Parts: sequence; structure tokens; C-alpha cells
Amino acid sequence: MRDFHRQFDLEKLKNSEFFNSPVDVNRCDANCLLSDLKDMTYIRKVENKLALEKKKGNIKGPVHLGVGQEAIPVGIAKNISNKDYVFGAHRSHSHILSLATDLRKFFSEILGRSEGLSKGMGGSMHLIDKKCGFYGSVPIVAGTIPIALGAALAAKIQENKSIAVSYFGDGASEEGVFHESLNLSNILNCPILFVCENNLFSSHMFISERQPLSSIARFALANDINFKIIDGNNICEVNNAANELINWIRKSSKPAFIEAVTYRWYGHVDWREDIDVGVNRSEKDLKNWKKRDPIQRLINGLKSKDLFDEERYIELSNNLDSEISIAWDTAVQDPYPNAKESNNFVFK
Amino acid sequence: MNKQKVNYGEAILEGFNFLLENNPEVFVIGQGLWSPWYVGNTMTNLEKKYGKNRIIDTPVSESAVTGAAVGASLCGMRPIVVHPRIDFMLYAMDAVVNEAAKWSYMFGGQSHPSLTIRGIINRGGEQGAQHSQALHSWFSHIPGLRVVMPYSVLDARDLFIASVLNDDPVIFIDDRWLYDETDLIEKPKKLVLSEQGPKIISSGNDITIVGAGFATKIAQECNLKLRKNNISAEIIDMRILSPIDPSLIIDSVEKTQNLVVIDGGWKSCGFASEIITSVLEKIDPKKLNNKPLRFCLENTPAPTSNKLEEDYYLNSYSIVKKIKSLFN
Ligand SMILES: Cc1ncc(C[n+]2csc(CCOP(=O)(O)OP(=O)(O)O)c2C)c(N)n1
Ligand SMILES: [Mg+2]
Repeated sequence: MRDFHRQFDLEKLKNSEFFNSPVDVNRCDANCLLSDLKDMTYIRKVENKLALEKKKGNIKGPVHLGVGQEAIPVGIAKNISNKDYVFGAHRSHSHILSLATDLRKFFSEILGRSEGLSKGMGGSMHLIDKKCGFYGSVPIVAGTIPIALGAALAAKIQENKSIAVSYFGDGASEEGVFHESLNLSNILNCPILFVCENNLFSSHMFISERQPLSSIARFALANDINFKIIDGNNICEVNNAANELINWIRKSSKPAFIEAVTYRWYGHVDWREDIDVGVNRSEKDLKNWKKRDPIQRLINGLKSKDLFDEERYIELSNNLDSEISIAWDTAVQDPYPNAKESNNFVFK
Repeated sequence: MNKQKVNYGEAILEGFNFLLENNPEVFVIGQGLWSPWYVGNTMTNLEKKYGKNRIIDTPVSESAVTGAAVGASLCGMRPIVVHPRIDFMLYAMDAVVNEAAKWSYMFGGQSHPSLTIRGIINRGGEQGAQHSQALHSWFSHIPGLRVVMPYSVLDARDLFIASVLNDDPVIFIDDRWLYDETDLIEKPKKLVLSEQGPKIISSGNDITIVGAGFATKIAQECNLKLRKNNISAEIIDMRILSPIDPSLIIDSVEKTQNLVVIDGGWKSCGFASEIITSVLEKIDPKKLNNKPLRFCLENTPAPTSNKLEEDYYLNSYSIVKKIKSLFN
């Protein structure tokens, strides 16, 4: 197992001093990367908007922000369709946004309003948009892993060519049900992609306080599941790994596993940075990790090949800003759910 | 005796300190124990005082952590398991329900899981259906578990100590909505848990109101409002939900001839029904002035939106209104 770790250079991957060079854009299609840049910028802006509104007190419930982790869902999303089944957890804004959910309904949900994605019954931690292929996110850690597996099982039985995608964090791999699900997925030949966003933290605890080795993909190895360990802040790596593994899943009807090493810029919940509370989360680490910014590294890579048009990017940014503020301003006008009507949601 | 003013959260912390100082076999295990967020002010700096060997913050592994505590308790230790939200504890149900609760019985009383499992009720704040449950009635359904649910600041400490020193598996349920309650209390007292039961915390003649945990706080608020309307309520705080001892309530209802139960959990198969049934088994319903009343959560999961939360959770206003209507 230690050899495995050396082989995949995990110690280096999680060291904030490395992996901050420009993305090597030769490895991906340039048009695709420009669209990725837009998608990542969009997700970041939406989440920063939430951070701001939470700070102002305009959002009552908790928001778990994924700023810094945008490359992962953006790279996955373009390899799946709305016929696939995607499941998430408490930090899933980026997952559903990457599938092009309706932004106003997304905001409305976070504000607990009846026009929201879950009719205002869930808030930030319970998102759904089936027409985009997003089948639900919940805050019980690891809760949706077996459920995503069940979606893959259904796809297999129905022979409908769909696959399931299960997003979860490094912390979720500490729940027993994660291990049961990996084993089952292989023995039952389920077409599922497990995506571990290994941001090295489970709330206040650094991974070395919780696990003897920091690679989560070691459990894929243990269950003989095809896997890749990647720099989750490099969009090209995510694109290529997702493309290869998802094609493989569709062909083989077998599970696969991506471990994407990354970092969240905000603290566990809401808008604070939490550099003073978590062990192993210093100001310096955060600064280093911001140098590993998936967006800036892509821009740097594009620049080095003269593919980056500064003016157009500024224009794009401005357009996104206004799109976001229009959606927000609409959502805050939305009504609250009606108590009596919402009781009808308990049963079908 | 010099009394000291503490709040509910600090009282639990005092309980921890008392137990850890006096009982080397006590250790604490669970999530968030080294974190400033998870457990309010109830465990501040314990790991600094007693070391990280005795105050163990864990991976996200409720099932194994709880099972391991059961095992340690069979081999000379007295673990306290902390689940910072009772909802998270559902991953640990085998350890609690199949193992701990039945261990003593199925091995002919030769081995006893002397552990305390602290499950915190933490709800409101738009956290939604999976972060809001009050599952005391569930646990009370299981023979072999003692279920303790303190309302008073004193009980938060002394029933906690008694729970840990008891040799059976105890589910100790505290509620974050009570953490700011304050009281003047004396030094910790060692109570024998099996001798504890419901308590009258305010005497009255017109109506008996029973609560547990946060529901008792609502009962007390009702009490104040009812008194302004010349209705004298007798407030009974359950303290221990299982094993249940209804005799004090039966005596009280014989006097007041009116029974109300307030329960912060769901209505169906809940402790309110248990109390009402236990009373009606002993008292001829014809002797009551009114049908017994229960105020519980409707049988729906907790909503998220603040506007719905306001309606969903119990409040003394609507309860008082209903009780007053009985006396008109
Ligand atoms: C069953 C359960 N236990 C504990 C928690 C509290 N909790 C919420 S998020 C979290 C951390 C999870 O870490 P990870 O899976 O790595 O996701 P990340 O927050 O890093 O995205 C914990 C422990 C929970 N929500 N559910
Ligand atoms: Mg994590």
C-alpha cells in the first residue's frame, strides 16, 4: 500500500507548495477549455454571491461552499447527459450548477422559497433537478453513495445506457456504507462513477488526523475498481480522466473511481475562512492553495498559448455578474412555501 | 452552601469534568470533540485538560465508534459517546438497538454495556429534515436502554453524571435550544439513575402538564401564562423516559382531573401517547374533566424554510389558547 502511495505521488498532490503551474492546454481542445473557463467562472461567482449574502444575513440556513473545487464538476459534467443519474452531498452547489440548472430556482431553493428546485423544502443541502440529471443531494455524510449505486443498478437492469455519478468527500469514505457500496458496485457490475473530491478536510479535521493514508482511491484498489488519482485543480486532468473512465463505464457496465485532490477556500460552512480553527489549515496553506486556483491556472495556460482574450473575459465576467444578480433579485421576491400544501409532499 | 450561576451547556461541561476527574475508566469518543462548533459550550477544552487519549475526536464513522464504545464498556471502561446531532446516530443503530440494548439480557446478565450515548437535538435554522430530529420516543421503545432527557440546568449535570455512572446503556438526550437556560446550582451530586423519575417542578390544582427536555420549558412558559388567567397548572418534568414510571403523573391527574402532554417529537407512537395511556389505564376516564390533550409535532419531517419552521415547532402561545378554551 505504501508503494501505491509513492506511485501516485499523493504526498506531493496534497502538498500546497506544488501543482500551481499553468494548465498544459495542449492536452485538451481549446474551445472546450474556453467553455470550461466560463463554466468555472460562473460557478465561482455564484458561490461567492452566496458567501456574500450569507455574510449579510440574507440566507438563514447553512451553505457549504465549494470555491476552489470548480474544475471537478465542470470536467465531469461534459461527459454525462441528463439521462444519467447524479447524486451529491452537503457541498453540491457546484455539482448541480455544472449541469446547467436554472439559477433563479437554485437561489430560490437556498432561500427556502416555493419556486426553488426542491419547492423550498430543502435549502442548500437538499437540491434536486431531475431534468438536468441531478437526482438529489443530502447532508447525511455518505447518505447518497448507496442510493447512487441503486440508480446504477436500475440502469443496468433496464439496459438504458445511463450511468450514475456519486459525488462525495474524503470524510464520507470513513462511513461503513461507502465500503459496502464499493464492493457491491463491482460484484453487481453497476455502471457508476464514484467521484471523491478529496479536499483533505472533514469539517475541522485534516485527513492525517482521520486516516492512516491520505488516498481514498486505495479503497477502489481494494475492491478491484478501475480508478484514477488526479490533481482536481487541473481542468485538463479532470476532463481526460472523466472522459476515459466514463467511456469505459458505458462500455463495460463496471464501476470506476476518480479521486480528485483539491481544497476549499472557505471554511467548512458559510463564508469564513476558518484559518484559525482547523488543525493544519494555516493562512500560508490557504495562500498556497489559492495559487493552485483551477481558474487562474487555466487562464495562465491559455495565455501561454495566446488563447486568452482579456477583454472578452472581462466582458464575460460582467455578463455573468448581471445574470447572477438578476436571478438573485428575482429569487428574493419568491414566496415561501405554504405549510398545508407542503404536508402533501410527505407521501406521493 | 455556595451556589453558582451556570447555564445548561456549562452544567454539562461540569458533569464531564466531574466524571473525568473522578473516574479514570471514563473516556469520551465522538465527532467534533476538538472543534469549536459541534457541541456548543458543553465540552470546551476537555481535550487540553484530559488529553486526546481520553477525549477522542473521530473520523465520520458513527457505526464503528458506537460499537467500539460498547466493546470498551464490556472490558472495564465507561465510555461516553457523543453524537453532535442525534440524526447522525442513525448509522449506529445496530450497536445501540441490537447490541447494547440486548447484551445483558441475552447473556444471562453476565456482561453489561455500561456506556452512555449522548445524542444532541439540534434543529431550527433552516437545516431541514435530516438535521432536526428528536428521537427520544424511538429509543424509549427499546427494552434495555435507559433514556434520559434533562430539562433543568441541574439535571443537565447531575443526571448526566448519574447516566455515566450507571452500569446500563443510557441514551442521554440534550437539546441545544436549552443551552442558554441558567440556574443557581450547588456542587455536583451523585444520584442513582435507577432511583430517578418524573418530578413536579411547579405545583397546581387545575391541570397537569407533562413535558420532557425542551417541551418542559414550553410547559413552564404555559404555566406562567395560565397563572395570569387564574388557571393553576401542575408541571411535571419527565426527566427519564425509559424505563417509565407514571405513578407521580397518575397521582397528579387524580388531583387536577386534567391531563396535557407536550412532546417535542412526532405524534404517532410517541411518548405523549405512552403517558396518556399509562394514566388512562389507572384512572377512570369519566373522572377526568376533559379528554387528555397532547401537543406534538405533526407527522411530517421538519421543513427547511424559516416561515414553515415557525409553524412546525411547538410554542406556548397556541397551547395556552387551547388549554384556556377548556376552562371557559
Ligand atoms: C452521518 C453524518 N455524520 C456527521 C455529519 C457532520 N458533517 C457534515 S459535513 C462533514 C464533513 C464531511 O467531509 P467530507 O465528506 O470530506 O466533505 P467536505 O465537507 O470536505 O466537502 C461532517 C462530519 C453529517 N452531516 N452526517
Ligand atoms: Mg473533505
